[in-house]
Amino acid sequence: MADAAGQSSAVPIEHLGRAAVAAVEEFGYYFLLWLESLYWLLFGWMKKQPVRISAMAAQMVTIGIAATPIVTILAFTIGVMLAIQGIATLETFGAEEQVVMGIALSVTREFAALITAIVVAGRSGSALAARIGTMQVSQEIDALRVMSINPVRYLAAPVLAAMMVMVPALTLIADFAALLGGAVFTNLELGLSYSAYLDRTLSSLVFDDVRQGLIKSLVFATIITVIGVSNGFQVTGGAEGVGRATTRAVVLSISYIVVADMLFTYFLNR
Amino acid sequence: MTRTETQPVIEVSALTAHYGSRKILEGIDFHVEPGEIRIIMGGSGSGKSTLLRHLLGLNLPTSGRVRLLGVDVAGASATELHELRRNIGVAFQGGALFSSMTVGENIKLPLREHARLDETTMDIMVRLKLEVVNLAGFEHLMPAQLSGGMIKRAAVARAVIMDPKLLFFDEPSAGLDPVVSAELDEMILRLREAMNMSIVVVTHELESAFKIADRITVLDHGRILMTGTVAEVQSCPHPRVQDLLNRRPRRSEVNAEDYLRRLTGG
Repeated sequence: MADAAGQSSAVPIEHLGRAAVAAVEEFGYYFLLWLESLYWLLFGWMKKQPVRISAMAAQMVTIGIAATPIVTILAFTIGVMLAIQGIATLETFGAEEQVVMGIALSVTREFAALITAIVVAGRSGSALAARIGTMQVSQEIDALRVMSINPVRYLAAPVLAAMMVMVPALTLIADFAALLGGAVFTNLELGLSYSAYLDRTLSSLVFDDVRQGLIKSLVFATIITVIGVSNGFQVTGGAEGVGRATTRAVVLSISYIVVADMLFTYFLNR
Repeated sequence: MTRTETQPVIEVSALTAHYGSRKILEGIDFHVEPGEIRIIMGGSGSGKSTLLRHLLGLNLPTSGRVRLLGVDVAGASATELHELRRNIGVAFQGGALFSSMTVGENIKLPLREHARLDETTMDIMVRLKLEVVNLAGFEHLMPAQLSGGMIKRAAVARAVIMDPKLLFFDEPSAGLDPVVSAELDEMILRLREAMNMSIVVVTHELESAFKIADRITVLDHGRILMTGTVAEVQSCPHPRVQDLLNRRPRRSEVNAEDYLRRLTGG
């Protein structure tokens, strides 16, 4: 019996240990995948294996252009929501007019980047994991390898490049849309004119606020790509495996995005 | 490369391979001569697919060595491997055509990535290879619009677009009706004649194997049972070889104690 008791206490610890090792291993995989993608983007042409511009452009369209309407609508809604909350909170101090500064700062530093990243993770991160996972299952990745077409160069690098351009671009669009949302609501609720709103927004914003959002959006772009691609490459077990990888990619990237957001907010504001 | 024309195109020595802790291949020695059509035959779970993955350099061995066209696959630099793979073609079991591209684009992909040719030349080469596999005029279709046999033939066209010296087939007749499967066999013979390739075919279809093989390697439980000509294999007295040839079920002896232990999960 002593043996059994010893075993039962060892099992959770063993599980914890295994989980920890697996997590470190996976993080290492993400990092290497990111490095390799960068390598192909920067030096691929030297080895006569460039990352194709056409592939990047196609990715930019699906990741960026196609996501513009939904990002705009959601960012506008966030702007309205911030205005409602801001006015309600500031009313208790009789300082409703200050809501403009609140919206301007929280949108540019935080919400535009975050909402964009969440939309892109949901749209493109999942699609990426599903596409590469299906290719893995149907031996298309093996086919690429035996044709000496590096799968990271061919599949991951164009996506990384497209994400690094389009996620910040979408974030900028989200900045404008959210500020507009704020403006519309404050205009209706407080009767503040659009030009006054614009003046106050511009006077309360410095370039660094926008830059903060854009830096974060680059980090989020990397997270979405690396997690989507690696979960796709690691698919085993057929159609069910693809489904699992897709879900995992979205949940993981959104979790990493939120945590990274907190860390970057902390460091960028010191 | 310092290869001579008579040196084997594939040299495998003492290859042992594992999946995790499970041993899949053990002590495999395997040579394929230039211009030869070699069949790797064996039942499910015999390790033939794993052997193929090792031959293609998709898996790396636990021990032993795989040399293709004189290049050690495990020890090769990225550049050497890149060069080597331009001389190898593979037709995968399910075709592995890229579903987002037309048949023509699929076949053109290796050219686009590895050769500096203008679009018209590449188009002509694609049509040439489509003629070889009897798929002329199908280059604008998507893989999803093709039948199983057509997908396999398109995959062959893609595999030979770079005029490889060495061509691999994974289960070419799996899932095909006998007529289409016979046509594929004819095509394999034609390819060797027309392009002078060495061809390795992994299959468990006896009929097809006997029709096209120069020599057959029989694999069982991760070991090579024998390698020989069709006649040699047919007259081989080894019981497992005969089981395979005569479609007899395996005679596994049941150990009562083991059996009970397996059932009770002890």
